[in-house]
Amino acid sequence: MANYYTDHPELAFYLDHPLMRRVVDLREHFYEDKDKFDDAPVDYEDTIENYKRVLEIMGDLAANVIAPNSEDVDLEGPHLENGRMIYASKTFENLDAIRKAGLSGVAQARRYGGLNFPNVTFSMLSEIVSAADSSFQNIWSLQSCADTLYEFGSEEQRQRYIPRVCAGETMSMDLTEPDAGSDLQRVMLKASYDEAEGCWRLNGVKRFITNGDSDVHLVLARSEEGTTDGRGLSMFIYDKRNGGVDVRHIEHKLGIHGSPTCELVFKNAKAELVGSTRLGLIKYVMALMNGARLGIAAQSVGLSQEAYNEALAYARERAQFGKKIIDFPAVYDILATMKAKLDAGRSLLYQTARYVDIYKGLEDLQRCGHELSAEEKQEMKKYSRLADAFTPLCKGMNSEYCNQNAYDAISVHGGSGFIMEYKCQRLYRDARIFSIYEGTTQLQVVAAIRYITNGTYLNIMKEMLSDEVAAELQPLKERAAALVSKYETVLAGIAGESQEKQDFIARHLYEMTGDIMMSLLILADATVKPEFFAKSAHVYVRLAEADFARHEAFIATVQESDLENYRAE
Amino acid sequence: MEYKIIVLAKQVPDTRNVGKDAMTEAGTVNRAALPAIFNPDDLLALEQALQIKEQNPGTKVGVLTMGPPRAGEIIRQGLYRGADTGWLLTDRLFAGADTLATSYALATAIKKIGGADIIIGGRQAIDGDTAQVGPQVAQKLGLNQVTYAEEILKIEDGKATIRRHIDGGVETVVAPLPLVITVNGSATPCRPCNAKLVMKYKRATCPSERPAEGTPYDYLYEQKPYLNLTQWSVADVDGDPGQCGNAGSPTKVKAVQNIVFQAKESKTLSGSDADVEGLIQELLNEKIIG
Repeated sequence: MANYYTDHPELAFYLDHPLMRRVVDLREHFYEDKDKFDDAPVDYEDTIENYKRVLEIMGDLAANVIAPNSEDVDLEGPHLENGRMIYASKTFENLDAIRKAGLSGVAQARRYGGLNFPNVTFSMLSEIVSAADSSFQNIWSLQSCADTLYEFGSEEQRQRYIPRVCAGETMSMDLTEPDAGSDLQRVMLKASYDEAEGCWRLNGVKRFITNGDSDVHLVLARSEEGTTDGRGLSMFIYDKRNGGVDVRHIEHKLGIHGSPTCELVFKNAKAELVGSTRLGLIKYVMALMNGARLGIAAQSVGLSQEAYNEALAYARERAQFGKKIIDFPAVYDILATMKAKLDAGRSLLYQTARYVDIYKGLEDLQRCGHELSAEEKQEMKKYSRLADAFTPLCKGMNSEYCNQNAYDAISVHGGSGFIMEYKCQRLYRDARIFSIYEGTTQLQVVAAIRYITNGTYLNIMKEMLSDEVAAELQPLKERAAALVSKYETVLAGIAGESQEKQDFIARHLYEMTGDIMMSLLILADATVKPEFFAKSAHVYVRLAEADFARHEAFIATVQESDLENYRAE
Repeated sequence: MEYKIIVLAKQVPDTRNVGKDAMTEAGTVNRAALPAIFNPDDLLALEQALQIKEQNPGTKVGVLTMGPPRAGEIIRQGLYRGADTGWLLTDRLFAGADTLATSYALATAIKKIGGADIIIGGRQAIDGDTAQVGPQVAQKLGLNQVTYAEEILKIEDGKATIRRHIDGGVETVVAPLPLVITVNGSATPCRPCNAKLVMKYKRATCPSERPAEGTPYDYLYEQKPYLNLTQWSVADVDGDPGQCGNAGSPTKVKAVQNIVFQAKESKTLSGSDADVEGLIQELLNEKIIG
């Protein structure tokens, strides 16, 4: 029987990464739950076995429930009925299966009813769901809003809301408004304190809210009257059970039809404050966004895998000029390139997820009253910085690769790919939003650029170059090393340039960073598991060299005076 | 109300994914070449049992299976979905059972368990396709039976209301407990395994499957009693060895032939002696029994 987890053994490979022991030890608080919960693991190996077992359940649901429903979900989509959003009928089936399998609240602590999984495993589950139906992945993965509720809410709020999410209730993060998209400082939804009732009230409109009619909302609203910037914004919980929010409109979109994108009207909706006022955007939403960005990276990798699978299956079957098209260099080049981007992007995803897990694990130990040693504090700082650096690289590169792979899947299908009966057209439409929401690629570049110019990435590259690779991969490693030294030269060359010029070439620097980072990651993976990754390592390094050279050439000739030629007006 | 439910389940070779080496030279099933799965109709029966449990808090669901030690997996699969307990009948003396010996073994075990309000199984197993075991268990226990059940609509005042799948439609019947029910393939699919339950029970084993002492996690069996699944031999259930397994199986395979079913229509018979006599005669003439 098809299983989206066991059919892709590359996933299990990342559970064996050496850093996983630290990830798991921290996430399990050194197995302190083992005598308190029957489902808690007793040691590291037991935990990894648990992850594998649960990934297998999701792999089964993805292949045998969610994927078979995906076409109907795409065609039907959600609809509006008396101010309420009603999912496509098969989305309810998916949600029911997820609830019965106990796959909600997977990253929440056991004491609130969760499975206590780290981001690495959550990302794997996300990837699997996304491969089956990326629109459903949105609805499913919004459960990670509970991370923010856990990190910044009161204990009483955690106890009241997190168990509901673990039982299958859905969440949404209500941030965007008509005049506040990428620039969330412009949020105007008004929060005022109702002295009589002793609660907050929300009034205004939110737009483009994914899963906007969810059970539990996190809402960004302006609590400080008279303010106009991010420092006047706070975060609130709106509980659908209290009423006061209606869905006014559901957007008709190019893709991810199953994922309802809602316009919401808040009419004196009762709400409760999360944490402190004024920290809504500058602290809480930033945390929320970083988690969500990792989620989109996983969504991208999952869809990339599906696009590759579809293209590969078609190329194996389709014969032209007397042979299968997979045997033509023009076609196997496309397929190999897709696979290389998929493998390299996935490696970047799990590298990032591990960084996030280590710092969040330490942070949580501290939150739960463990005293961190000086070394642990240092470790937390290191990984927090790495997570901040890698998250925008991971989200931007993977969402772009995913779009490229979705495009190429159609190329392999030829004319059939343009026909609505084939799945690759849906993948192509669904992928398009990945490089837009949770921060466009352009904004990922903005988030990453400082780690490019301050040498954070460069230092990691050098660290990775000191790792041994398999003898047969040594020539590839030398080529990657040559890229690192060119990269260093480029960085030295741009120091002192104007801000505008740096901003102008930032996207190029960003992609060069991605090229090198993923080359080094795939080399490391191919060293451990050549049967999975050696081919991709060869293909990817060549791809990276060519891409790097293109960006290098672009940057080399840009003069300040050239910028004028680029301005439309 | 709290009910006691026993689900009859069988581990079967996955005949839906048959390769060319599915049969041995001798014409028997080559079990090694086929993955062992939870008999599909039995999974549907488990789902009905779990729904009753959800609607009637305090209800206990146990999975009863007979097979080699590896059939302990069937009990685990039940626990992963929400069953409370299970019993594995395993003994060389149980081996080679036809439907008569199987139903004897199951009925004997059910007596040992102390009976139940509802005994429910799939209509038939995909390896044997006889649909005889459920009805025979009812007969041996002297219980009422409802076959071809699609959904147990409600249980109230000691009676179950059940929708049956019949030729050309459905009928709803009411039957008093205790009751044997066999579930049709058109019933609601079984729920998936539950993540927490899988993590809880993943090491649950019967004694004969248990890892040797000194292997990792052996200490857990003492710490966590629920990891110890019940395993019974013929003697454990006070069975008569002469009625078990090969010794208790009058069915003898004379030859194996490929056949194609011609008739699609069904006949409705009354319970009159004449109809029963006529059916027996017909089955004898057709060499289906005898």
